[in-house]
Amino acid sequence: MALTTKSNLATSTFWTLLTYTLLALAGYAALFVAPTEKTMGVIQRIFYFHVPSFWTAFIAIFTTTFGSIAYLATRKNKWDWIAVSSAELAAAFLTVGLVTGPIWAKPVWGVWWAWDARTTSTFVLWAMYVSYLLLRTLVDEPERRALLSAVVAIFACLDVPLVYFSIWWFRTQHPQPVIGDGGYLDPQMWRVLLYCWGALVALFLLLVRQGYRLERLRAEADGLRMEVERRAL
Amino acid sequence: MSLARATGLILAKELRVELRSRELLSTTLVFVLLVLVLFSFTFDPTAAEARRFGPGLLWLALLFAGSLMLQPSFVREQTNDTLSALRMAPIEPFAVLLGKLVANACYLFFVELILLPIFAALYNLAILPVLGRLLLVLLLGTIGLATTGTVFSAITAQARLRELLLPLLLFPIVAPLLIASSEATVGLLSTQPYLDRVWLVFLLVFDVVFLTAAWLFGEYIFEE
Repeated sequence: MALTTKSNLATSTFWTLLTYTLLALAGYAALFVAPTEKTMGVIQRIFYFHVPSFWTAFIAIFTTTFGSIAYLATRKNKWDWIAVSSAELAAAFLTVGLVTGPIWAKPVWGVWWAWDARTTSTFVLWAMYVSYLLLRTLVDEPERRALLSAVVAIFACLDVPLVYFSIWWFRTQHPQPVIGDGGYLDPQMWRVLLYCWGALVALFLLLVRQGYRLERLRAEADGLRMEVERRAL
Repeated sequence: MSLARATGLILAKELRVELRSRELLSTTLVFVLLVLVLFSFTFDPTAAEARRFGPGLLWLALLFAGSLMLQPSFVREQTNDTLSALRMAPIEPFAVLLGKLVANACYLFFVELILLPIFAALYNLAILPVLGRLLLVLLLGTIGLATTGTVFSAITAQARLRELLLPLLLFPIVAPLLIASSEATVGLLSTQPYLDRVWLVFLLVFDVVFLTAAWLFGEYIFEE
């Protein structure tokens, strides 16, 4: 039952500082290293955080699903802790993507929200993971919570392709604003984009690790509390 | 006991409970009717608009009704503490889920059957020429809604604030189902009726995916 030890704290600090440096450099690269886009101008630079946020969110969704299946198979708490901490990050990164999208869309498309296939699907996805997290707050017993939320996470993941396909097909049948889906991307832009993604993945890994430890400490605290109550009786 | 027989027994029990009380069906029917009339107040649709938006409203009303109607199937067991008895019964846990699922699909489909002529009259839509295909779309949509709804009502029955939580979990998951079934219905009720194969296949895929998921993962929900 080791709580935070000194060496733990040192590694934590090391990874935190490293991630912050990577993120700071990513901000610099997106603002100053990447060339300015010809038609959209400076606003296009938001894309270096917008797109990688979604890519990272998909890593998080995959991790949640994997953790949930592993929990059902092994019944080891650690898988539940991994599932929940990455689900929180899935919701967070999807939120970042959904907020940066309209900021970019308003000057470029002229509307905040265009109801295009990808935005709409992502919103549905966001709603699924937020309700997953809400479910977790509403079930008190830890094992029951882990079981039920694992099943919900698996259902949500099965729904992802269905959501994308249905909304894509629905949208292609209806009029929609013209979306500049630029096929060509400057090599320098690609490099910055991938670097920014790397920085966000580092942030994801750091936060999953912290979230996992938080869940573990929470479980330990709950165990101790029950022990105290048992002895008091 | 075989899965089919156990499922049949659970289904018979569910239907018997409902036939004796008749509370669920009558309440849901009035609810959906009210929602449809209220929709008409807020939109005041013309004939063309009714054809375009009517099907979506119908499915939305059914979705709302489903999220309320599917709630009691497990809550009822909990208040009477009969779920433990079902759990102890020497049958597969999936049979309990499947029996309730089929019962819920029956209730929903029954409500739809009564509602369909009223809906057609209210929104002035010609349903008779496409009745067979329309019933097929309704059936496939209902199976999908009943499957996800029953699984999630079993989950939310074990949580606090379950009345709010069920729609919250259910609506995003059934978003593709809502799109597919309303689009298929729009095609059937347009001036040149047609059945969009893509949406029909999509509904079928949705049903198969979630029925399989319920079969694979359903038992975990009942664990003690």
